[in-house]
Formats: sequence, C-alpha cells, structure tokens
Amino acid sequence: MGAWLFDPAHWSGPTGIPVRLLEHLGYTLLTLLIAAVIAIPLGAFVGHTGRGGFAIVGLSNALRALPTTAVLILVVLWAGLGDFPVYVALVLLAVPPIMAGTYAGVRAVDPMAVDAARGVGMRESGVLLNVEIPNALPLIYGGFRGAALQVVATATIAAYTGAGGLGRFVFDGLALQEFGQMLAGAVLVALLAVLVDLGFAGLQRLTVSPGLRPAGTGGKR
Amino acid sequence: MIEFRAVTKRFEDGTIAVDELDLTVEAGTITVFVGPSGCGKTTSLRMVNRMIDPTSGTILVDGRDVLTVDPPTLRRGIGYVIQQAGLFPHRTVLDNVATVPLLSGWDKRRARTRAAELLEIVGLDPAFGKRYPAQLSGGQQQRVGVARALAADPPVLLMDEPFSAVDPVVREDLQNELLRLQAELDKTIVFVTHDIDEALKLGERVAVFRKGGHLAQYAKPQELLSAPANDFVASFVGRDRGYRTLTFLHADVPVHPVATAKLGERITVADWTLVVDEQNRPKGWLSGVDGEVEVGEDDLVSGGSLYDGSSLRGALDAALSSPSALGVVVDDAGAVTGVVKADDVIQALAKARAAGEVPK
Ligand SMILES: Nc1ncnc2c1ncn2[C@@H]1O[C@H](COP(=O)(O)OP(=O)(O)OP(=O)(O)O)[C@@H](O)[C@H]1O
Ligand SMILES: [Mg+2]
Repeated sequence: MGAWLFDPAHWSGPTGIPVRLLEHLGYTLLTLLIAAVIAIPLGAFVGHTGRGGFAIVGLSNALRALPTTAVLILVVLWAGLGDFPVYVALVLLAVPPIMAGTYAGVRAVDPMAVDAARGVGMRESGVLLNVEIPNALPLIYGGFRGAALQVVATATIAAYTGAGGLGRFVFDGLALQEFGQMLAGAVLVALLAVLVDLGFAGLQRLTVSPGLRPAGTGGKR
Repeated sequence: MIEFRAVTKRFEDGTIAVDELDLTVEAGTITVFVGPSGCGKTTSLRMVNRMIDPTSGTILVDGRDVLTVDPPTLRRGIGYVIQQAGLFPHRTVLDNVATVPLLSGWDKRRARTRAAELLEIVGLDPAFGKRYPAQLSGGQQQRVGVARALAADPPVLLMDEPFSAVDPVVREDLQNELLRLQAELDKTIVFVTHDIDEALKLGERVAVFRKGGHLAQYAKPQELLSAPANDFVASFVGRDRGYRTLTFLHADVPVHPVATAKLGERITVADWTLVVDEQNRPKGWLSGVDGEVEVGEDDLVSGGSLYDGSSLRGALDAALSSPSALGVVVDDAGAVTGVVKADDVIQALAKARAAGEVPK
C-alpha cells in the first residue's frame, strides 16, 4: 500500500489523489449542506412546537433502516448514472442524525429559559432563533458530526455509479486486483473522516457559547 | 394599577384554576399572592402578562385591557421574574440583563451600559457581567433575574416565587434587597409565594388564595394576623400569629442600663455581665463566676438576637432568646445601648392595646 500511496505519479493529474480527495470532500460538504437545510428547520420546528415529535422519530428510524446502496441503485435505475443518485442516497443518510439531534437539542433546552424568553417579550421566532437553537447547538453538532462521519465513509459508493471521489481507488483497485490501491483508498477515506471531524469540532468551538460548555471548562477566557 | 375583574381561568382539562377573581393591585405597592400549592397564584399572575389568557373576565393594567395588546409588546412593558431565574445559559450575565432593552430597539452600547448599571442596582459587582449563568450561585442568578426584569424600567413587576430556590440566609438577603429597591423604584409589584412569612414581610397588601382560585382575604399583613376573615386564613397564617402581630407594632420599650466589660479586663462578676468588643459591640454574656476573673473568650455564653428598635417582635425575641433574659439593644452601628425585658414588652403591648393601636 505504502508503495502505491507514496508513488508521486498518483499525486498528480485529473485522477490523482488530490483531485479525488477534493471530489470526496465536495460530495461530503454539499451533502451535509443540503441535509442540514432540510433537517435543521424540520427538527427545530417540531422541537419548538412539540407537535409531531413521534412523526420525526418515526421518519428518522425509517430513513435509517434504508440500505444506502439499495437507494443508490434505485435512483440510478430511475434517473441514470452521475452525481444525482449519489446525493440522493447520501442526503437520505445524513438527514436522520441531524434531524434527531436538532429535535432532541431543542426539546432539551431548559423550559424555564424558554418560559422566560416568552415572558420578557420575545416573539416565537425570537424564542426559537435566539434561545432554543443557540442552546441546542451542542446536540445539533453531535448529530451533524455523526452524519459527517457516515457521509465521508459512504461517499465511497459514488464511484459505483461512475462518479469520482476516493471510492475510485477502492473500486478500481478491486477491478484491477490492486490491493495496494484499494487499501490506500480506504486509508485516505479514514484520514479524511478524521480531518472533517476535526474541522467541525473547531467550528463547534467557535460557534457554541462558552456558557454551554460542561462546568469547569467554560466561560472566562 | 392592576385590576382583575371577574377573572376566571378554566384549563382545557376542566380544571378551574381561578374562579371569578376580583382584585385591585394598587400602583406603587408590593402585593403578595399567597396560598397553598395549586391554588391558582401562578395562573393569576401569568394572566397579567398574557402568558395565560383568561377564559372570561377582564384584566386591566393601568386602565388598559391586556387582551387588546399584542402579547410580546405587552410583556416588554412588564418585568417578569421566575423561580430559579430562568436565565439564558448561552448569554453572558450582561447580555441577559440587556435582553429587553435590545428587544425594544435600543442600540447595543446603550443597552449594555444600562445592564451594567442594573447589576449595581441589584447589588452585583459589574465584573459578574462577563460571566455565564452557570458560573453564578443561585442567589446571584436570582439577582440577575431581577436586574433583567428591571432593565427597561417597567412600571409593573411580576415575581413568581423568585426566592424559593435559595437557602434561608440568602433568601432573607434577597427579600431585604427587594424592599430596599422598592423604596427607591416605587414599582407596582405582584409577588407570588407560598411562604406566609415571606408574604407578611414583603407585602403591603396580601391576597390569601385558597384552592380553586378563590380569594379568601385581601388585606394588610397586620390585619390578616389580627383579624383573619375565616378559619382558613387563621390556620394558614399559622398558630403563633399573636406573636407575629408584634412585627407590626412599634412602641417604646424602656431600655435599661447593663453592666459591660471588655475582653481581657479583670472584673468581679456579680450577675450577668455583657462582654463587648472595642467598638462596644456585643460578644456574649458572662456569669456564674466567683470572685475576680479575667474576661476570656472561652467563658462567654453566646447571646440571643439583637434588638435594633424595629418592632415589639424584635424586642420580645431579643429578651426571650437571651441567656440572661435581657434583650440586648443596639444602635445603627451595632453598639450596645442597653437591654430590654420581656415584662416591659408585654406592658408596652398592653398600653398600645389600650390606646387602640392594636387592630382588632
Ligand atoms: N396548563 C394547565 N393545564 C391544566 N391545569 C393546570 C395548568 N396549569 C395549572 N393547572 C392547574 O391549575 C391549578 C392552579 O395552578 P397554579 O400553577 O396557578 O397554582 P399555584 O398556586 O401557582 O401553585 P404552586 O404554589 O404549586 O406554584 C392547579 O390545580 C394546577 O394543577
Ligand atoms: Mg405557582
């Protein structure tokens, strides 16, 4: 594997490691963006109103039960090869944890703080945006980072439909019986997963109020 | 002024929390709603700022029917303090306090300046402004809750058991602080509690509720004690209400001289001697020693409560709690001015009664 991975020939050109890494990162980030745009408002709204919680939980569980490869194949059969089926499959994978995290996070906000928010004269949108969501952020990030790890790992299957990403090395290696290439692909996926998670951990640190850090670590800086 | 006119609240499940409540809260007073758990105090309070809407009846705040005002706008003009403060955990103390001014469209700078002022007003070091609620004690959080409610200077303040989650010492501090604040600010305050002592201490008027949201009596504290409207009120205000009545009586009690000595002094103990420090503040009592002795810290019997001239209750308690049966009288600086005796308090009470000063 080492030989394959450190061969300079594999680090350049349109099928080289940097390009594949960026493609993979691209799938991941766009998937997470689409999933967040769907899942966070849904989870937050249901968490805020308290209505339809069972529907959210049911939907999450149903989505989680879907085998991603089966979804991919179905969409390919319906819409043809390319990036589209990849995004459909990956977004369906990422929505449940983000939605569940957001819902749980909003529900878990101290009811006294929410009551006080209304009591001092915030409108419902203000209660949600200025009190519930900021306080739910740690759990939202929890769901989001879980989704990110799954998406990085699963984006490998993009190669299955002829698209790019690090999955190319795995599938091409398999086809060519080049186990070094396969292994390198897998290692790169794992590495990217760690980097992506570190990135989001940093973002979390920047955007979550120090007041919400576990006691003893937060606050005065 | 807040007026409840035939206000009834029936919840969806049929519970009648408040039943035909008629009550007027005078402007510039602290009015306390007190009563056993579940009697409708919180519901009544929350109907004032429309956290709950009544099933029937009208509530007027300064002559305006609250149901005609959009709830968020109404609430910005009414301070609201709840149990355990309900601070926003993700905001600094300063930003918590600045909440209402910011909602009302003040610019950030002005809102923060105002918030810092308020921290001082409620007795918190402005340095606390940078902290987060989780880094404060319960009592400090409660002060921040009060500061937040006062930030936009609302004429009306609603407080729902604001001090019930802190220990008795801190609670007393907060109560005194509220009385001090009210003397300066002159707000119309509705204060909910189920603690009758707190009600009698803070309330200029006290509304005693009974189960089902019925108003059992609405009167001044001394009147509740001396003339409870019915058995429910009598038992609710408690057994020792005769003793508590003394809280509201201020009469002259003769102050007798007392033998004092300082630590380290050599004295001959005849009877009880009051030991004082350099500033003449009481340290304890000395007795039961024969002949000449040197006054040492170890020989002292610690004293009872001190009487600062406040009410007959304070005088009687000082006498009753003192090991020498002599209640120590102190001035504003805490220095000993003499002692009072229980007999004299009883006589002062008899005189006040004869003069018609004790309400019947
Ligand atoms: N949302 C609600 N739905 C149904 N019943 C309610 C609701 N809120 C309060 N109640 C009932 O109304 C009655 C009055 O409640 P309220 O909270 O006003 O009492 P309280 O006097 O404040 O009591 P406590 O001292 O325990 O706070 C109680 O019987 C309570 O169970
Ligand atoms: Mg209550």
